[in-house]
Amino acid sequence: MADLTTNFLGITSPNPFWLASAPPTDKEYNVRRAFEAGWGGVVWKTLGSEGPPVVNVNGPRYGAIYGADRRLLGLNNIELITDRPLQTNLEEITRVKRDYPDRALIVSIMVPCEEEAWKAILPMVEATGADGIELNFGCPHGMAERGMGSAVGQVPEYITMVTEWCKQYYSKPVIVKLTPNITDIRKPAQAAFKGNADAVSLINTINSITSVNLDLMAPEPTIDGKGTHGGYCGPAVKPIALNMVAEIARDAETRGKPISAIGGITTWRDAAEFMVMGAGNVQVCTAAMTYGFKVVQEMISGLSQWMDDKGYAATSDFIGAGVPNVTDWQYLNLNYITKARIDQDACIKCGRCYAACEDTSHQAISMSPDRVFEVQDDECVACNLCVDVCPVENCITMVELQPGEMDKRTGKPVPSEYANWTTHPNNPAAQAAE
Amino acid sequence: MANSQTTPGIVPGRLPADDIARNFTDLHAPLAPHEAAVAADRCYFCHDAPCMTACPTSIDIPLFIRQIGTGTPEAAAKTIFNQNILGGMCARVCPTETLCEEVCVRETAEGAPVEIGRLQRFATDRLMAKGVHPFERAAATGKRVAVVGAGPAGLSCAHRLAMLGHDVTIYEARAKAGGLNEYGIAAYKTPDGFAQAEVDWLMQIGGIEIVEGKRLGESLSLAGLQDDFDAVFLSIGLGGVNALRASGEDKANVTDAVGFIADLRQSSDLGALPVGRDVVVIGGGMTAVDAAIQSRKLGAENVTIVYRRGQEAMGASRYEQDLAAQNGVRLMFNLRPVAVHGNGAAAEIELEYTTVQDGTVTGTGETLRLRADQVFKAIGQTLTDAPEGLDLSGGKIAVTEAGRTSVAGVWAGGDCASGGDDLTVTAVAEGRDAAMDMHAVLVG
Repeated sequence: MADLTTNFLGITSPNPFWLASAPPTDKEYNVRRAFEAGWGGVVWKTLGSEGPPVVNVNGPRYGAIYGADRRLLGLNNIELITDRPLQTNLEEITRVKRDYPDRALIVSIMVPCEEEAWKAILPMVEATGADGIELNFGCPHGMAERGMGSAVGQVPEYITMVTEWCKQYYSKPVIVKLTPNITDIRKPAQAAFKGNADAVSLINTINSITSVNLDLMAPEPTIDGKGTHGGYCGPAVKPIALNMVAEIARDAETRGKPISAIGGITTWRDAAEFMVMGAGNVQVCTAAMTYGFKVVQEMISGLSQWMDDKGYAATSDFIGAGVPNVTDWQYLNLNYITKARIDQDACIKCGRCYAACEDTSHQAISMSPDRVFEVQDDECVACNLCVDVCPVENCITMVELQPGEMDKRTGKPVPSEYANWTTHPNNPAAQAAE
Repeated sequence: MANSQTTPGIVPGRLPADDIARNFTDLHAPLAPHEAAVAADRCYFCHDAPCMTACPTSIDIPLFIRQIGTGTPEAAAKTIFNQNILGGMCARVCPTETLCEEVCVRETAEGAPVEIGRLQRFATDRLMAKGVHPFERAAATGKRVAVVGAGPAGLSCAHRLAMLGHDVTIYEARAKAGGLNEYGIAAYKTPDGFAQAEVDWLMQIGGIEIVEGKRLGESLSLAGLQDDFDAVFLSIGLGGVNALRASGEDKANVTDAVGFIADLRQSSDLGALPVGRDVVVIGGGMTAVDAAIQSRKLGAENVTIVYRRGQEAMGASRYEQDLAAQNGVRLMFNLRPVAVHGNGAAAEIELEYTTVQDGTVTGTGETLRLRADQVFKAIGQTLTDAPEGLDLSGGKIAVTEAGRTSVAGVWAGGDCASGGDDLTVTAVAEGRDAAMDMHAVLVG
């Protein structure tokens, strides 16, 4: 059986599944239960400076969007950092780390953007024996209004500055958690590594209003008739997170640097995808909040089975394996030509491919009076919409035309050589082929 | 001593009152809102959907299901009622397994169709429970139309005509409107007085008057109606029942299944309704199944359906056959009655085995006997009291696609008219389409 042991920044954990800094990791009781359930690591919910803790709203702090059967697809929260005393958290962290030496325990921190504030808290965190820290430069709600969280993460110079302080006053690994609420995720990542961060973790939550109460005329969750934007997470944000992880993994300045991936990871497959895109491990929150800590058992068994099936002995065998295949549009092979093919035996004749193609695409699917749907190769541009809307998996597939075969749409045979936009005659900036 | 399932003869109260009450509750429980949302989500919103084509009233099923799924069941109901004003009853009694749900692509894919019938009921129940009527009448045309028969075809025709601005008088022979919805469908498919509630709701459109106790050929004549009204729609149903053509058919307790079902539907105390210990139902259609299952639900010990052809030829759907079997009804095929035995009243029925060749049923000569203290005939109904002067076709009033009879100014639809299956939903479609044609003629 595959070995899921993961070494991230020198911190080993029995599997790559960590709980992200969030409500599930706010106290000893929860974290002990998480470790008992099998989680490989935990990032303790964000600590703030010593003194009176922050307060949370006393009305609803979460909002959700649903798929069929109230399957939770996206969750939004307006909860702040831990609202428990710093000393209480530190004592609990110390006890838990002592009792679970084989698990990763990281402490998330968010204090004001002043050197003294960091200098004050870091020795206290160091004394707990925790394996490292994560700088919360990501939370987009509440704390950002006070100049913390994503307010720091949106200014690369601040990221570098604070990271440097942490490296100065703390001896163990420093992970910088990034906010996605920026234009180009590579800039804050570069800034973190410029400040000698050991790793970045992403994504934190996305600014969002999940829904509007049409009776109250107010955003949800609604507090006394008013709402505020929260941080969005859960399965719905996974594609955004995947792209951001991949951008950092393939950027010339940050390529090969450690990444802890966060963002809608719900199953073993999600985790594998992030790791293939360059993440050294993954952090999970919404899946645990939706289903409880037990979900990690499926993640462990699923990843193990997949690794066994593929012959991967260790997670390091596939981490980053897909990064070289993420490229810019301009380098995609324009001579790779496919056509949709419908498996008539598998077709259940719902006609969704026809409606999609006829109404919104290229009129490349015909419909007979007895509901036989066929692809018209002379119109099919291989857009894949029919595949995406077909309710039957593998009923419609994209079949590659071989070099020399006729593309009926263009009336030309498929060229055998690779050719992309950079050399295309329609490109005003095309470079002449050498 | 109280009666039991084994009490000889035809007696009431074979089961405790609670059991009978439970037996006659809703066959399919209504969907709760969340169940409806989940069921609705299974619909693929097919292009040119097969279910819509299969529906005799062409309800836009994908649209109404999407409207349920997005939290607007009232809008869904209006989509349904646009095509089928008796969509509430049809949601309960349609043989969906041979119509919309049979062709559902989910049936093709998984053997489990979208629950169209139950979703339709969810939507229509929601709107009807609000007590509002979703349609308004057009400006009055000054035209007056007579509808004869307040069954599904007549009600559907009258409603559409009223909507279009015509004034309608419905003449009904029985004491209540509704036709077979009120008198002829199994009680467990439409409990709690739904048929009358639906008529009351439908009448909210206005412009329709129902006159009960008026039968064509007795207190009404077609010629008189033609004189008094601008147009006439005949939806008089089928008044006669085919004979068994078996000796002893005239013995006591050999009766029509439709009469038994009507008595049952009108009964206010099912515990007082008598039923035999050994009931034999002759026939293979829905009426046979309805009579058989309800006999069992009343407490008959043995109930047998006897059909002269093979199972595949049975008019009742496979679903209905299974429902009968689940209720402990025995189904026997390729047997026909040749004699009812008994001293004055039925005691046994003698059945002859048959073979079917090229569609013709032939007796083999071999017979068997079943105990039968009650025999129900459910071998088809026939048109009676058709007015003179109308062309007939296959024993029914001949009509065009638009419902026109051979006499100008007279339309017909429902079971009494040629064409289409004898289903509630078909009658609704025929009534609606005739109304549209009448409207076109009346307003020129």
